[in-house]
Parts: sequence; structure tokens; C-alpha cells
Amino acid sequence: MSKPRDVLLDPLFNKNPIGLQILGICSALAVTSKLETVVVMALAVIFVISGSNVSVSLIRNQVPSSIRIIVEITIIATLVIIVDQFLKAYAFGISKQLSVFVGLIITNCIVLGRAEAFAMKNPPGLSFLDGVGNGLGYSIVLLIVAFFRELLGAGKLLGFTILPSTNEGGWYLPNGLMLLPPSAFFIIGLLIWALRSWKTDQIEEEN
Amino acid sequence: MSRDSTGKVLTVAFVLCVICSILVSAAAVGLSERQERNKAEEKKRNILQAAGFYEADVPINAQFSKIETRIVDLQTGEFTSDFDAANFDSRSAARDPETSYRISPDLDLAGIKTRSRYKDIYLVMDGGELQQLILPVHGKGLWSTMYGFISLANDFTTVNGFAFYEHGETPGLGGEIDNPGWKKQWQGKKIYDEAGETRIKVLKGMVDKNAQNAVYQADGLAGATLTARGVGDLLKYWMGDNGYKPFIARLKTTGVKQ
Repeated sequence: MSKPRDVLLDPLFNKNPIGLQILGICSALAVTSKLETVVVMALAVIFVISGSNVSVSLIRNQVPSSIRIIVEITIIATLVIIVDQFLKAYAFGISKQLSVFVGLIITNCIVLGRAEAFAMKNPPGLSFLDGVGNGLGYSIVLLIVAFFRELLGAGKLLGFTILPSTNEGGWYLPNGLMLLPPSAFFIIGLLIWALRSWKTDQIEEEN
Repeated sequence: MSRDSTGKVLTVAFVLCVICSILVSAAAVGLSERQERNKAEEKKRNILQAAGFYEADVPINAQFSKIETRIVDLQTGEFTSDFDAANFDSRSAARDPETSYRISPDLDLAGIKTRSRYKDIYLVMDGGELQQLILPVHGKGLWSTMYGFISLANDFTTVNGFAFYEHGETPGLGGEIDNPGWKKQWQGKKIYDEAGETRIKVLKGMVDKNAQNAVYQADGLAGATLTARGVGDLLKYWMGDNGYKPFIARLKTTGVKQ
């Protein structure tokens, strides 16, 4: 049995879902051009992972193994729709920006991955911590990526001007590449490099 | 009952589906009122943006006071007071057999099959003078029906602003109809020529600025030929004889009085 502390904190750096397992990349590319959308997306994902982990864990001894993936996906989809409905009601502007990507949390491999790999085998309390931990691990990477993309791509952070851009009369020439999804690949690549230089046990052996 | 028996599979699946559907419908029904209100505000915001004087920090309803909503009978081109302008919804009117109009297939450039016989239009007034005329338009793109507003200056042919507020086109390709740069090019384009013909057109590729007809032409969208064609076709439909043209002709002669 793993310790609750490790379950919560390991996914931040030691077993980061994006950094080590390279899961959840698609939304990490899509929504990270601005910090504001990332904050909402991160909260939504934390809610969905922890919720699905707890629910799956509660019924893990009842679910026939032949339909367990469908059961997991149904639970995840339900939670995602609820999040989507709440965003449409209370954060309409952001929900328009996130558009399909809220719905696509359903297919975020991290959520199903944790339900299948962890929640099916562990009690609800631990599963909850695992969900929050993995959600946070995902969020940290997204926040770092969005920080650089918004700062270098638009000269802003959370909509506030940090580097006054040339088309607003300042000196900073925004790097347009940073606003396009491929730039997230570069930043995530550099992050993984940094992470593995720091935690050398994450380096995969070459064949 | 063993865990992997057929009975257990069916029970678990059934119970799960019931619980999940209750949760989903509760969320959808419980929040729908707020969502509708957001949508209504969004619509007003888009009208204001088409008119070109939207300000983010002023309450929308206050800004909207400059704008008068009227209902027009497209057949006759006359204003009608049979409906409550504030609550008129032309989408549900298009579905209601009482108010819906079937577009004959050879005229149906916008690909929408039916439309409401009445449309809500918006007049931007300043000191009793009409400044801008804002018309809702919609039509098929590649995947979805695109809904937007076009704002005309008071010569009823020069475009002031044109933007879509709802569509489901591919993000990055057809979705570029939301691109501020693309939207901006519409400013100053002309819908009709001197003779009153509907000339506006969306090209495949870029407009040659020196061409004689450049003022009637808009840039296409790279990688989104069908979306761009849809935009051009829906404008041709709505600005044509089956759309707002009779109304605009009437507006020119009789003005904005009821």
C-alpha cells in the first residue's frame, strides 16, 4: 500500500502524467495560448479526475471486468458534461474559448488512465488523492506552458501587459509562433528535458 | 450472482446509466435558465460588435439602449407590430408552420430550406436619424449553420461590420471566420452596385486590390473553401430578392417609421 502523501505528491514531479507518461498532450497544446483558459481547464480536469477516481473506486468491487472500461468512460463523460454545463452557465466567455476542449476531457488519457490503473485497485480516499495529485501534475505543466506562450506570444500574463508589444506602441515584437499549438511541443520538450536532468531516474534506457 | 455473469453486467450497466442520466439532465435543466440568459446577452453583444461600438466594461443592456429592435415582414418589406420585438425568436419562428416560409430549392442559396417570414432587425439611431442597419443572416457552412450579423451604413449598401456569433466550423480552418483580421476586411465593402444588383462575393484566394470589382469582393479563407463559399452564398441569399432586398428598398423610400 502506498502512503497517501506519496499518492498525492508523486504525480507533481516524480510521476508527472505529461512529463513522464506523456499523456494528455492534445489539450496541453490546444488550450495553453492563454493563462486564463488554462486555469479554468486545470480546475475542470482536477474535478473530473478526482470525481471519476472516487466514483470508480467506490464501485470497483461491483463492476464486471468485461464492461469496466465502458463504465469508467460513462462516469467520466457524465462528470465532463456537468462541468461543461456549469461553465456555460457561470463562465460563458471562457467556455466559448475552451469550446470543444472541455468536452474532450472525456478523451484525456490521464483521466481514463488513472481510473483504470489506480482507482480500480485502491480505496476511495487514496483514489481521490491520486486524482487530485494527477490533476495538479497536469495543471503545473499546463500553467508553465501557458506562462511562456502568453508572455512571449502576446507580451501579457492573465491579460495584463507585461512586455508592451510593438503594435501597441511598445518595444516587444511578439513571437507569433508562441500563439500556435506547435510551440507547446517545444516548451513541453524543454520541460521534459529539464525534469529528466533533475530527476535522472526518469531517463529511459536506450535499446 | 457472480461478478461476471450476464445478469450482473446488465444490472450494473442499467443502474449506472440511470444514475448518470439523472445527473446530466439535472445539470442541463437546472442551469438552462442561466445559460439562456448568457446566450441572449451574447447575441446583444454581437449586435453591438457588428455596429462597432461595443465596450467591454459597460453593462450590455445600457449600451443596447441606442439600438431599436423591429420586426420586418420579409414578403412585403414592411415593419410589423404583430410580435413583441424583445422576445421574438426567428429560429423558433422558422419552425412554427404559422410563421415559417419554405424556400424553393432553386432560390435556397444559403442551404437553410425554411426561414421565418418575419425577421428581427436592429436600427442604430442617433438623434432620430438612422445611422446603421443591422441584419441577422445565417446559412450553411461546411459542417454547421453559421449565424451572424451584418451591419450596413445608412446608404444601405456599404458594410460597416460583419461577424458570426455561432457556428461549428473547423477551428483553425473554417473557424477563421472569427479571425479579427478577416472580419475587418468587410468594412467598406459594398453589397449592391449602382443598378441595385447584389454583387457581393467571397473569392477563392485574395482580392486583387486594384481590380475594378474589388469593392464587391472579400478574401476567401485558405483551407476553408467550402466555409467561405457558404459565407458568400448566404450573403447573396439574404441580401437578395428573397431576403432583405424588398425591405431595404422600402426603407429607402419611406424611412424607419412604422
